Amino acid sequence: MADIAAARAAGAKPGVGGRGGGLRRRRLQLIPSIISTLPMAATAIGVFIICIIFTIIWSFTNSKLFPTFNFVGLDQYERLWATPKWQVSVSNVWVFGVVSMAGNLVFGYLLAVFMDQRIRQEDLFRTIFLYPVALSGVVTGLVWQWMMDPNLGIQEAVRNMGWTNFQFAPLVQPETALYGMVVAGIWGGVGVTMAILLAGLRGVDTEVWKAAKVDGIPAWRTYLFIALPMMKGAVITAVILQAVGVIRVFDLVIAMTGGGPGIATQMPAVYVVQAINTRAVGQGMAAATMMLLPVALIIAVQFVFRWRAKLRAERLATR
Amino acid sequence: MKKFLPVVATMAAAMLATTAVRAADVEVIHWWTSGGEQAAVTVFANEFDALGGDKWIDTAIALGETARAAVMQRALGGDPPEAAQFNPGRQYEELIAAGLLLDLTPLAEAEGWSDIVRPDTIESSCHIDGKWWCVPVNIHSWQWGWASIPAFEKVGLAVPKNMDEFIAAAPKLKEAGIIPFAVGGDGGGWQISGMAGVLQLNMLGVELRDKIFRDLDTAAAAGPEVTKVFETVRSLQQYSDDGSVGRNWNDTTNLVITDAAAFQIMGDWARGEFSVAGEQPGVDYECVAGPADKPYLNTGGDIFVFFKQNDPDVERAQLKLASMMINPRVQALFNNAKGSLPVRDDVDMSLADACMKKGLALLADPATVVADVGQYRTEDFNIQMNDLWTDFWFNPETTVEQAQARFVDLIANAD
Repeated sequence: MADIAAARAAGAKPGVGGRGGGLRRRRLQLIPSIISTLPMAATAIGVFIICIIFTIIWSFTNSKLFPTFNFVGLDQYERLWATPKWQVSVSNVWVFGVVSMAGNLVFGYLLAVFMDQRIRQEDLFRTIFLYPVALSGVVTGLVWQWMMDPNLGIQEAVRNMGWTNFQFAPLVQPETALYGMVVAGIWGGVGVTMAILLAGLRGVDTEVWKAAKVDGIPAWRTYLFIALPMMKGAVITAVILQAVGVIRVFDLVIAMTGGGPGIATQMPAVYVVQAINTRAVGQGMAAATMMLLPVALIIAVQFVFRWRAKLRAERLATR
Repeated sequence: MKKFLPVVATMAAAMLATTAVRAADVEVIHWWTSGGEQAAVTVFANEFDALGGDKWIDTAIALGETARAAVMQRALGGDPPEAAQFNPGRQYEELIAAGLLLDLTPLAEAEGWSDIVRPDTIESSCHIDGKWWCVPVNIHSWQWGWASIPAFEKVGLAVPKNMDEFIAAAPKLKEAGIIPFAVGGDGGGWQISGMAGVLQLNMLGVELRDKIFRDLDTAAAAGPEVTKVFETVRSLQQYSDDGSVGRNWNDTTNLVITDAAAFQIMGDWARGEFSVAGEQPGVDYECVAGPADKPYLNTGGDIFVFFKQNDPDVERAQLKLASMMINPRVQALFNNAKGSLPVRDDVDMSLADACMKKGLALLADPATVVADVGQYRTEDFNIQMNDLWTDFWFNPETTVEQAQARFVDLIANAD
């Protein structure tokens, strides 16, 4: 998709200056941009499309270490949905997704509003808030794992200060471990949400603010009920970015809990990798195919939104 | 002068030979990363380098599952290491079937491996359909308990000889502020699964265990004996500590070494940790065979496979390494450092300590030597067992009935 758009954009520019014979020149000038986008297009088709097709095909086989074409129908899917670890993974990804996305939006918007107050050193704060995004999930996970470790982390530090009954070690209890991961997930992702929402806020017309002020609406209500609905696009972008990240969450699990205690923090992506590593490739492919479904759904939703926006724009233009 | 010519000739021949043979690097992937394990693998590396010419390239990857996955990925990608560690059993059956491994049969026949390697359960994991595909380097048994003598002395109790005695002692240990039962939950729960497997073998006996795991008898898997195993594991859970989540095995063993914990069920590789820490068997710690009155010795262990490389120099170096690994002197040095038993019995074990002597005595009695479950079932199955046991251990909501139903399900679907 992106390459076509790029090619179109590259082709559109020189066409402006061209008169007589411009069409041919335009075509000639398209060639370099086509050539330069070919590698990316080939990778996109090769890596994404072909690999996805093979993933789906192999999910119907009993491939072990080496992929085979020994088809077994839906056996892998039956095994998948009968496996407690997968059931736990699916419910975990829902809980983790909903809670961390909600937290992300709330804190991201609060940070964006804070940044919108014409504070001093805005660049410095933006860098600080965006910094966690630059860290690898493994680093984020390890840092939080240390902070939540009952013997080294916050719990021990607070106890040493005198509050000897203080409890903060979510990762060692199966009921709370997932929420420990949510905290790390929000910390790691809130910067991006803030940046997107801040851009959205800045995109709201200043006239709207002036009008709200004249009407005597308090600032918090303006932010919540006027500005927020006007930046639907930014919110949707932030949510979709988060959602795709949630579905493939892997490094946080590996760094923080290894899926434990027991299987309490297993996630679908971990299941896929482990199945492949233990030479149950068919099983891993079935799980990967199941993971593809919600991603495809999210992308479809995004398409629908974009398509509707385009229709509306066309309607406005023809009016 | 008369002697001079032949000397020159042999020298020239030797020089020619050395120039014609190119020294090769032999990359070895293994998962020996703890202190005792490193001491053992260093024996291999040093002995191999001392042979001259070729070089041991060490690629240590922590955690067996991860290391094996890396080997498989590289084999699939067409860039396999020269040698790689596996556990005896079915972990490498696809590699043999795909023709990726170097056939060691000529070397094995020349050195008479079939006559020297024992017991049969170890030999049969490398000697498959008349061909040798790997070199067994040691015998490791899971069937051991490790007790801290000072911890039991502190509460005035004798070191237990079986699980009943331990469970009777556990409340007193807990009262005294000692972790009664040390276990770790890292790597998807392999420690918990292994510990449960030890109890399983002790409580079911080898016939019933083989009926379930080898013959896949679901009625036996659903039987009351298995229920009792689940109940025992459940009752042990209250005696472990909060820090067990995600703890690796050697940190867990270290709790027993430092007397913070009283008892751990772990394979005999734990002995290497005790000896690296300078502990003496019978004084600082005790190795409890079984832990049961009638102990078994299950023959897990380690083997090395050698990948085909299509380079005669590399192949020569690989065969040299294979031959070295099974050499009696290297076997003695390596197994002493590792805490495992040698795969041949003509090895000088004068260095063996009290624990290893116990193991050697068990190994000499064919009635106690049994195969490892890993020799019957695939790694895929074993990982699912790990999931089952680790969930059962850490999740109090999983009942004995649910866990056993899942177990029967796994047995029914095993291949």
